[in-house]
Amino acid sequence: MLSSDLNVILPEIILSVYAMLALLGAVYTRKDGLASTLVWITSALFLAVALWIGFNGAGTNVAFNGLFIDDGFARFSKVMILVSGAAVLMMSEGYMTRRGLLRFEYPLLITLSVVGMMMMVSAGDLMSLYMGLELQSLALYVVASLRRDSVKSTEAGLKYFVLGALSSGLLLYGASLVYGYAGTTLFSGIIQTASEGDVSLGLLFGLVFLISGLAFKVSAVPFHMWTPDVYEGAPTPVTAFLATAPKVAAMALFARVLHDAFGGAVGDWQQVVALLSLLSMFLGGIAAIGQTDIKRLMAFSSIAHMGYALMGLAAGTAFGVQSMLIYMAIYVTMSVGTFAFILSMERDGQPVSNIASLNMYSKKEPGKALAMLVLLFSLAGVPPLVGFFGKLYVLRAAYDAGLAWLAIAGAVASVIGAFYYLRIVFYMYFGEERDDGLDGGKSPVLWGMLMASAVIMVVGVVNLFGIEGMAATAAATLVN
Amino acid sequence: MDNLLSIVTFLPALAAVILMVFLRGDDDAANRNAKWLSLIATGATFVTSLFILFQFDPQNTGFQMVEQTEWLLGLQYKMGVDGISVLFVLLTTFMMPLVIAASWDVTHRVKEYMIAFLLLETLMLGVFMALDIVLFYLFFEAGLIPMFLIIGIWGGKNRIYASFKFFLYTFLGSVLMLVAMVGMFSDAGTTDIEQLLVHQFGSESFSVLGVHIVGGMQTLLFLAFFASFAVKMPMWPVHTWLPDAHVQAPTAGSVVLAAILLKMGGYGFLRFSLPMFPIGSDVLTPLVLWMSVIAIVYTSLVALVQEDMKKLIAYSSVAHMGYVTMGIFAGNQQGIDGAIFQMISHGFISGALFLCVGVIYDRMHTRDIDAYGGLVNRMPAYALIFMLFTMANVGLPGTSGFIGEFLTLVGIFQVNTWIALVATSGVILSAAYALWLYRRVVLGDLIKESLKTITDMTRRERAIFAPLVVATILFGVYPAPILDTIGPSVEALVSNYQTALAEAPSATQVAANH
Repeated sequence: MLSSDLNVILPEIILSVYAMLALLGAVYTRKDGLASTLVWITSALFLAVALWIGFNGAGTNVAFNGLFIDDGFARFSKVMILVSGAAVLMMSEGYMTRRGLLRFEYPLLITLSVVGMMMMVSAGDLMSLYMGLELQSLALYVVASLRRDSVKSTEAGLKYFVLGALSSGLLLYGASLVYGYAGTTLFSGIIQTASEGDVSLGLLFGLVFLISGLAFKVSAVPFHMWTPDVYEGAPTPVTAFLATAPKVAAMALFARVLHDAFGGAVGDWQQVVALLSLLSMFLGGIAAIGQTDIKRLMAFSSIAHMGYALMGLAAGTAFGVQSMLIYMAIYVTMSVGTFAFILSMERDGQPVSNIASLNMYSKKEPGKALAMLVLLFSLAGVPPLVGFFGKLYVLRAAYDAGLAWLAIAGAVASVIGAFYYLRIVFYMYFGEERDDGLDGGKSPVLWGMLMASAVIMVVGVVNLFGIEGMAATAAATLVN
Repeated sequence: MDNLLSIVTFLPALAAVILMVFLRGDDDAANRNAKWLSLIATGATFVTSLFILFQFDPQNTGFQMVEQTEWLLGLQYKMGVDGISVLFVLLTTFMMPLVIAASWDVTHRVKEYMIAFLLLETLMLGVFMALDIVLFYLFFEAGLIPMFLIIGIWGGKNRIYASFKFFLYTFLGSVLMLVAMVGMFSDAGTTDIEQLLVHQFGSESFSVLGVHIVGGMQTLLFLAFFASFAVKMPMWPVHTWLPDAHVQAPTAGSVVLAAILLKMGGYGFLRFSLPMFPIGSDVLTPLVLWMSVIAIVYTSLVALVQEDMKKLIAYSSVAHMGYVTMGIFAGNQQGIDGAIFQMISHGFISGALFLCVGVIYDRMHTRDIDAYGGLVNRMPAYALIFMLFTMANVGLPGTSGFIGEFLTLVGIFQVNTWIALVATSGVILSAAYALWLYRRVVLGDLIKESLKTITDMTRRERAIFAPLVVATILFGVYPAPILDTIGPSVEALVSNYQTALAEAPSATQVAANH
């Protein structure tokens, strides 16, 4: 039995063992001298594991008596997490080396955090859920304050930690209530209690607290307060990481809890999730208008995008989950490209994050400006770019589930969102020419990521690279 | 050729990609190549599009030259033309080479400028050919991106305000249409326009949040589409983005906006609102008709007091689009024939008028009417051409402007005499502002010092106007080619519309009592 259980979690084991071995190796040898190499090895390992999971996995395997589930849904999310993690790692190497930020702990902490995320999306029990969530979060608290001599970075790490601990508390309280009223921590057991007619009030309370804890992780309004400060304070590569892989993991975990544990009580959580979605879309859109810092702006933008992904989840159907997965895949691709651009923003070698500094960037770097233009319109959801299809899927899911009001609100919120993305276009293309523009970027990795992401946004119109079918299969294993 | 429509649609985009990838440098040679390549590409598109006209059979009221491929999410890539859309396709391909030729003097970022216009042409053509609602939406909305950039990068002093207003105004209108499309997809299970045209959307009245909705789902869908098309048309009171956009856009941008982009709204009404939601249309027809006549009278009065030539012509466009919506919602053969004719002819005339403004703007760099006067003394050819299009704008018999206005008025007269009466006063008002503009700019003595050295039109400018002059007069004297092409399709549209209304007397009854 044990050997077959271990077989199921082999990818997680490999990554953890690698992290620990590399940690020992680096400590006993050259420490930070190895950091660069480790970053590349780690991202190569991520990609290899992603390929392995993506191509080798089949069927649904349950390990440790239901604590750990390896199904199509988990595999889809894991591939997304690993690929985006690898992309962000590759992008951070040059940036961090030049600023002396690259320590050997960085790729290893990211690895541990990724293991936590993989645990999260495979969780089949409240305990494995919490274990994965904390492993992910603890590693992230540390990398957020990686720049120890910067007040902002340490502040970001501390804020993230304190608020994260609070949300963990909420989540644990909810978990204990659920355990108390369902008599088990296994999702498969909870769903039986939850589908037997009326859901008891205690279970409902537990569910609401669980949702609050998870909403914190996906930074849905009103649990979003930490996001702008942490995004702004953390070193930019870390921000890029925060905006991609953890969001996917948290969203997938959200879907897993709602469907695997409370799938029989859709009516009970639908309104809660719909409200989270509505508030996130509007607050994300409106608050971003006044931002002058592109990292803060991206924080609010990600809040708004989580609102749209939650709209798919609020539908409570298999198609809803499918649309959420597609939305997240598109969102992550766009975010990687956008952060590749942000990472390359610098003046005299110093990173700049002020939007106004992009003045007339299109004159200096027409290619990069054009790629960014494509990404921004895609983020705004303007057709024919791929970002539009993400919105189309979630709107359809919400409408079909009888949430027409949410679909209308989401459509209106996307107009508000368009305004702040257009503001960046305005600076890049319509501004006055000044001398204090940015340096032209030189990093081929960042350039490649930006271009690849922009090209995907255009070419993906043809068939979204077949992701529709994969997401449908993944969603079907979760919702039946 | 099986995929003629796709070839025509994507030919300009192909040229844009070639420009983007292969053309390097920013010197005069590169700029010249960009201009020539664009001119050749748009010219080739026009020639290819003529084959659509040759293959087109006006007697067949269905969709022709249909191409169909599966796409995502149950959507389809489906293109086709019928009598209603085929002339808009030709209008687009006909205007674009002129637009490119009119931009010959652009010096600022020529390559990007040409790419924007070429992509815009692809998207505009796609709008008129798409036979899948989401594909239609895709082309319809995507056109905002190049237009936003055209106004924002190559526009006048206040271009930023104008470009943002243009984008957000039209985007807000359209997202509601997107939700409606999702609803239609859900309801009918398909996004194929051909099938949606025969699908009956629910018209049972129901209440939403205590508001009783006559015509039920059809009315709601109609309103959502109306939000988009009314902004695009633009109809009073959501027309305010247009004068700003027109004034700030470069000449070529104004021409495209007036000649083609505005027509998408009218085309949308004919393609979606009237045939798909007949009961919803019927319920809201009085509202639309009164909005149209208010537009005709109010914007004509506003045009009278404008100091800026482009603004004046922009308001005149809004007034003329009022005739179009009025004709469409008259719901009879003459009205709709007239509306389509008016749209085509307005494409020539307003395009030419904006080009006329462009000619003197290029020389004097001002659009203030006060800055001109007595141009006839130094620019006789210009005076003649400007006069022709002024008269056409007024609707002088013998020009294409007359046919459209007259047919819409005939159409509406059979439906509602009062509205026809008010709308006819617009003809007089348009004569007032157009002739007064002409008088102030062209006639009189040339006393302004700055105008003493102004030169008449160059050969290139004359060549640009020549096709427009021919079209305006030809279709003014002999409108049959256009009317014969659109006739059968419009007849089918009208008879379907009337049948649908006759089959649902209860709803119309309710609407009448409401």
